[in-house]
Amino acid sequence: MEGSRRRFIRLAVVGVGAAGITTLFSSKLIEAVGFSRGDVRAAAPARRQWVMLIDLKKCDGCRKCTEACNTEHFVPPGQEWITVYEVQDEFGFRYFLPRPCMHCENAPCLKVCPVGATFRREDGVVLVDHRRCIGCRYCMAACPYDVRAFNWSEPPHTPEELAHTYRPEAPWPHRMGVVEKCMFCAHRAEEGELPACVRGCPMDAIYFGDLREDAVSNGREVLRLSETLRRDHGFRLKEELGTEPRVWYLPARRD
Amino acid sequence: MEPDVSASDAEILEPLRRTTWRFYVLLAGLAAVVGWGVYAYSWQLREGLSVTGLTDRVSWGVYISNFVFFIGISHAGTLISAILRVTRAEWRRPITRMAESITVMAIVVGAGFPLIDLGRPDRLMNVFFYGRLESAILWDFISIFTYLTGSLLYLLLPLIPDLAVVRRSVALGRFRSFLYTRLGGRWTGSAVQKRSLEKSIGLMAVIIIPVAISVHTVVSWIFGMTLRVGWHSAIFGVYFVGGAIFSGIATILIAMAVFRRVYHLEKYITPLHFRNLGALLLVLDLVMIYFTLSEYLTATYGAETRDVAWVRILSTGPYAILFWGMLLGGLVLPAFLLVFRRGIAGIVVAAILVDVAMWMERFLIVVPTMMTPQMAFTWNLYTPTWIEWSITAAAIAGFALLYALFSKLFPIVSIWEIQEQPAPAAEPAATEQEAVA
Ligand code: SF4
Repeated sequence: MEGSRRRFIRLAVVGVGAAGITTLFSSKLIEAVGFSRGDVRAAAPARRQWVMLIDLKKCDGCRKCTEACNTEHFVPPGQEWITVYEVQDEFGFRYFLPRPCMHCENAPCLKVCPVGATFRREDGVVLVDHRRCIGCRYCMAACPYDVRAFNWSEPPHTPEELAHTYRPEAPWPHRMGVVEKCMFCAHRAEEGELPACVRGCPMDAIYFGDLREDAVSNGREVLRLSETLRRDHGFRLKEELGTEPRVWYLPARRD
Repeated sequence: MEPDVSASDAEILEPLRRTTWRFYVLLAGLAAVVGWGVYAYSWQLREGLSVTGLTDRVSWGVYISNFVFFIGISHAGTLISAILRVTRAEWRRPITRMAESITVMAIVVGAGFPLIDLGRPDRLMNVFFYGRLESAILWDFISIFTYLTGSLLYLLLPLIPDLAVVRRSVALGRFRSFLYTRLGGRWTGSAVQKRSLEKSIGLMAVIIIPVAISVHTVVSWIFGMTLRVGWHSAIFGVYFVGGAIFSGIATILIAMAVFRRVYHLEKYITPLHFRNLGALLLVLDLVMIYFTLSEYLTATYGAETRDVAWVRILSTGPYAILFWGMLLGGLVLPAFLLVFRRGIAGIVVAAILVDVAMWMERFLIVVPTMMTPQMAFTWNLYTPTWIEWSITAAAIAGFALLYALFSKLFPIVSIWEIQEQPAPAAEPAATEQEAVA
């Protein structure tokens, strides 16, 4: 009968333990076997580190960048992957602030994703795999820049959009129940093209380029990034959060 | 030696023997509400989450509030019964079963809400295939699953001797005799079995306390780990655990009052139980007032821009009425009631206020933070839709339904435990303090 007592205790301990451990191991095991993440991540070459520079002095708030972006990616209605905010500072001075995804080096959205649907390529581009996303929207809650949008219902489709084959670097056709955001035009970078918003900006306010090469371009001129940032007081949004954005700004007016 | 059910314990078995038509009416009513909720959810499955009031800026709402609320309620049972067991508070005996069963049902209902909230519930298995331990959602999965397993065991172990009693003294149909035999058929009541049962229960009581605390801590970390104003706060773990125990005690009190009345258990559930749990409720109330004060004073005194924006939304925004209602009606008023109205009625009213206020508190944690602008300069608005309210009503009804069914299948008061030590008439003072400490 000594045995039955033991069995009871074992049942108790094993029961609680097993519940925790199976959950833990199922994910760890599968990761070890290689089902997880690795596949998508290694895809991009690490030679580049993509960055953006937005000159607020030049931006006149026409929102042509948003338009170009919407067309390029068949962005579902109601969403903006690059939003132009109108800002008023404490002296009443008004200016415009275009905000794409910051592609943070220390991305809060990426940390919280329970299934690794949000991932970061070696070239610094943060992407969402819509085939894996479960739509928990934790990443939306975590993003300090209000970047992410959700497909609350099935987005309207066009034949052209549907003809395309989905991949995270060119994320359409769009689908219901997943999270969307700016993907730094990863598909255009593959072709050596500047992002749609850079091309769409009539003021040439948006620059795109490579941190390694220390060069950014708006399609008209090429700037040395480090020097421009130093000379023109470049800054990043919410620098104090430590997210290390890959998008820099030049202030709206010279002090 | 196996105690027989004396005639004096017949009341406990009565609900298992006889079911009145009123019970069936209640079941039908609850089932109808649940059915309505299922219909609302099917609507949501078809149309997507666009049928809710959620938007890109306020992307979590009533569903996530319900999740936090029900997981909070689940602390009623297990944690409180375990603490009372470990501290050997003898008066606990007639209420442990009620408390423990609340836990299991509240977890089941609560854990459903993140799934209802998912944009792609069809891909739930991705959490197992691709789960990343770095995400607080995974921490939740693991701790809630562990808690559910643990509390099921903790509910089932003390049920075993009672099942033997029920099998002997109630005429059973096929289903119930099969169920009871599977769950506790080999119980003979020998001294050895008894000893090992006591040991296992004692062990589970010790194990379940840290597990329960971890669960609500981890739930709070879902919010605490983000960089958002109003969430990114180290007090969140204890704040949530405190609130959970608070609403848990309130829920037990309500359940006690209902069962006492409906099943005529006045002999077992006495004013003493209400007074003792009422005292615990008061302590937790004061703790919550203290936490709330610390949280909002820290935010407003320093007056960081974003903190100010957030407190302004709370105190003057569209949900200000909930905020003030929660503070005055859910924290301050119950404290007065618990001090000056110590009859059963006063305590139960306080408990109801507390439960309502704790739901509002959960809502106020989730929503106003998301309403606080991070980039733009206008408040983000959120108004829940009938779909969200229907599913919420269905959850409450489902919880009551499960509980009602449970009380028909199992004795809602632990027979063998009160036989071992009859409910004491008056030894409150000492054990009360023990339990609180
Ligand atoms: S919504 Fe999708 S991408 Fe965002 S955290 Fe959840 S699973 Fe990851």
